[in-house]
Amino acid sequence: MAEHMMLIDLTKCTGCRACQVACKEWNGLRAEKTKFNGSYQNPPDLSYDTWTLVRFDEIKSENSLKKVEWLMRKEGCMHCVDAPCVQACPSPGALVKTPEGAVVHNPKYCIGCKACVVACPFDIPRYSPQEEKIAKCTLCYDRITEGKVPACVEACTTGCLEFGPKEDIIARAKARIKEVDASLYPNNGYETHVIYIVPKYAKVEEYSHLNPDPKVPSTELWWKNLFKPLTLIGMGGVAGLAALHYLIKGPHRVDDKGTEGGDDNG
Amino acid sequence: MIIGSNAAENHPVSFKWVNEARAKRGAKLICVDPRFTRTAATADYYCPIRSGTDIAFIGGMINYAIEHNRIHWDYVKNYTNASFLVDPRFKTATDLDGIFSGLEDGKYNKKTWQYQLDENGNPKKDPTLKDPHCVFQLLKRHYSRYNIEHVSNVVGCGDPKAYERVCDLFTSTCKPEKSATIMYAMGSTQHTYGSQNVRVYAVLQLLLGNIGVAGGGINALRGESNVQGSTDHAALFHILPGYLKTPKASQQTYEKYLKDCTPVNHDPKSANWWGNYPKYASSLLKAFWRDVDLEEAYSYLGKIDDGKNYSFIPIFERMAHGEIEGLFCWGQNPAVGGPSSRMERRALAKLKWLVCVDLWETETASFWQRDAGVDPAAIDTEVFLLPAAASVEKEGSISNSGRWAQWRYKAIDPPGEAKDDLSIITELVYRLKDLYKDKGGAFPKSILNLSWDYGLKDVDGRIHHPSTREVAKEINGFFLKDKVIKGKLFKAGSMVPSFAYLQEDGSTCSGNWLYCNSVSDTENKMMRRGTSDPRGLGFYHEWAWCWPVNRRILYNRASVDEAGRPWANDKPVIWWDSIARKWQGDVPDGGWPPGTKYPFIMLPYGHARLFAPGLADGPFPEHYEPLESPVKNFMSSQQVSPVIVRWDKMTHREITCDPMVVEGCVAALYGTEAAKRFPIICTTYRVSEHWQTGQMTRWLPWLCELMPELFVEMSEELAKIKGIKSGDKVRISSIRNQEGIIAYALVTKRFRPYKIQGNLYHQVGLPWHFGYKGLATGAIANDLTPFVGDANTMIPEYKAFLVDVNKVQGE
Repeated sequence: MAEHMMLIDLTKCTGCRACQVACKEWNGLRAEKTKFNGSYQNPPDLSYDTWTLVRFDEIKSENSLKKVEWLMRKEGCMHCVDAPCVQACPSPGALVKTPEGAVVHNPKYCIGCKACVVACPFDIPRYSPQEEKIAKCTLCYDRITEGKVPACVEACTTGCLEFGPKEDIIARAKARIKEVDASLYPNNGYETHVIYIVPKYAKVEEYSHLNPDPKVPSTELWWKNLFKPLTLIGMGGVAGLAALHYLIKGPHRVDDKGTEGGDDNG
Repeated sequence: MIIGSNAAENHPVSFKWVNEARAKRGAKLICVDPRFTRTAATADYYCPIRSGTDIAFIGGMINYAIEHNRIHWDYVKNYTNASFLVDPRFKTATDLDGIFSGLEDGKYNKKTWQYQLDENGNPKKDPTLKDPHCVFQLLKRHYSRYNIEHVSNVVGCGDPKAYERVCDLFTSTCKPEKSATIMYAMGSTQHTYGSQNVRVYAVLQLLLGNIGVAGGGINALRGESNVQGSTDHAALFHILPGYLKTPKASQQTYEKYLKDCTPVNHDPKSANWWGNYPKYASSLLKAFWRDVDLEEAYSYLGKIDDGKNYSFIPIFERMAHGEIEGLFCWGQNPAVGGPSSRMERRALAKLKWLVCVDLWETETASFWQRDAGVDPAAIDTEVFLLPAAASVEKEGSISNSGRWAQWRYKAIDPPGEAKDDLSIITELVYRLKDLYKDKGGAFPKSILNLSWDYGLKDVDGRIHHPSTREVAKEINGFFLKDKVIKGKLFKAGSMVPSFAYLQEDGSTCSGNWLYCNSVSDTENKMMRRGTSDPRGLGFYHEWAWCWPVNRRILYNRASVDEAGRPWANDKPVIWWDSIARKWQGDVPDGGWPPGTKYPFIMLPYGHARLFAPGLADGPFPEHYEPLESPVKNFMSSQQVSPVIVRWDKMTHREITCDPMVVEGCVAALYGTEAAKRFPIICTTYRVSEHWQTGQMTRWLPWLCELMPELFVEMSEELAKIKGIKSGDKVRISSIRNQEGIIAYALVTKRFRPYKIQGNLYHQVGLPWHFGYKGLATGAIANDLTPFVGDANTMIPEYKAFLVDVNKVQGE
């Protein structure tokens, strides 16, 4: 399958959060026991069980009647072209960049070292202390390889989310920003398989939890140079890291409270 | 223009088409709302108006249109009643300081609201629109008070210039080739003048020539997905299926009933479609009771006492006084959804029995439990809860806001003992028939003779698997005997092809004349799934079926001039093909050649009504304040609608009544001490994440996590005055519930105080989705709302009332 992309057109988002629910439904993610926290945004943050989330922000508006703009942004993995998380991951197969453009995690191989959490320029992967693994959006890899669009795209009511071959999506995005006088994000040369159209009345910096200048972190290089070669040794390398994990985390404990039906701390 | 609706949140699929119009046609979106909603967030223009001031806002636009010659004159002169002459004794609210002529003891005597008639009984007209008694001149006089400055001050939008820009933009669609649409919902209707809110939209759209055209109209976004269907097929207290009228006690014979209900008109250009009333009424009676004659069948229909109202509010008022024995709540949850709902729960306790049919145990089904804050031992009502099937667990039709009846299929069986509605009611019908047969009882014949043949009978002579497809056939109607019409023989049992073939003599049955044509001998058209749309106007004639006779735009004869040429050539709805001598495009509103019939065929005189003498509260919409308002009415000295039923004034029942019921009816009126104690305007609303009273959504963990608890939205200014921070627990109280309800504060820039005549007025908003059952629970917003309804429909005034808000100390 050819390289694909997702377009999130924020000029069309109404914050209905059908995407958020569809994601949970398709991926079988648990509902979190949330509390009212002063905003429509809930759960308050991404978590091991919440892979996509609409963030709400209120900013001042130049428009004399509106006076305020209410920004809604669907957040999830950006599926970077040169994904720092994949580069950082010491466990072969735990984080993979697929030819379709998706960055997919595989819980089977995840050792819970959180290197990806540190490496991600968008602060996306979330670690569960109970599961001792990370989780995040997979671009519905199991759907797109079957010729379907991601669950969030299918559920989108307003046409804010689009999914398609890379060239088509880029062409649509370029046409759309001319049409509505908007801008693209990321716009600093950093390449991702998820791109945003940002309405003209908002600046990128005004969206909460959105890195205005994403890049591969410098720690990445350090990690890559020091540990990555170990992984090439194969099993021995994994065993070595498992030993490292033991040193950092101590022995794996069965949670005596049980995790079934329980909530993660995310 | 979206006004009184929050389409992006509550009708998200409709909003997709709004976005499409913006992307493809360059449409502009105006959002008018007291709250800055998710619709406002994406709109091109946002106009904040104080809750309940729609008539002032739109009245100002009407005045602007008249003053600036933004009128589609050909349309107004030929297709509306603008030229009709009204009784010279009629006085507008401009003449009489907020009321119309004829007000007597809280009701209008409408004798001065009549047209002047010529010798043939037709209205006299002045085509020049100059006569001071013609509708146009009266309209102009009525709205002359609604100028930009004054209206800005009443609605509190704070910026007359911006309001003027919106007036300019919207009225620019007066050009024949331009159109604008209005989308509205319960934000418009749930006021003591809700019908007039909708009327004022109609008046504006008629002046601009925007009714019956592509991209025009006023569009009710119905509150539930099949409200259109349930209204079309309703057995409400005042209407029967197909909007036929419920008989009154004074109409003891069928002949008298038909005479009263069938309008007569002497103008050959008026189609006067309701002249066919007897055909539809006879066919309905035959659908109910196939085997008895019409007079007998008519005698079975319940008759209401003349002038009495049996809608939701009066039912609960009577229930509160112990006058009602039993109640069926079928997919309804009045314990959360009704006005002054705490009192309504109290009323439920006066019932002998209550049957709830629902997917979950609703607050209504459990009103007697400790969760409801009552002592179960003190309640004697016997409650039955029948488990129902969800939409995907049953088959049937669903009618959307655009009148498309779409067939839906069953995906899975309902769980456990849950049954689909038709099976439940079929079982009920058989049990009632048995009881009446065995034990007699009052008036047994209407049940014993009721026709019920929705499927194959088993060996015991009963239908155990009733089919909605059979119901659909009866709704369409079929011939009961062989009949020759226009030289063509229709065999008994064959489907009636359209309502033009329904008969007055009882030879046809039809459960709803409007749906006649939906099922043919070979096909249930509601099942159609063709996606062709050759002109790209979104008609989709091959997708499902639309009443009437698959016509996608009502009154489409108003989309062309008198020669049959479309006003808008780039989006013609219909046009006259002079070679083929017939209409092309959408199914026309009658096939008569252009210019031979007036376009508004359902009205006796064939002209759309700028002046509507049928309403209880005035032929023109006039601004009044909500029953509870902290603001004096600046449009006139008439503070509230003079003709609404005032339950708060009915003190005669107090002696026999329990105090909680009396408290549930009171109101904090403008200028009283009570209004000073409750100075903040409150409105209720819904959010995307929950549905109605939450009985379907508050049991779903994925939806509960999105909106877990009740909150109250307020401005930063009000929060500062009250010392409240976002996330604080606050108490919201009204005069009907002085101990108040608890919610979490959501302090937001999206709310702001309204500046009216120099004073600041604060407004808060509460979603009404929460209750004491389900996974996500919270206080019931309707415990605060007033027990008062619209003068015409009795829809409760949920959207504007008075409260006080205070931080819960020690939290």
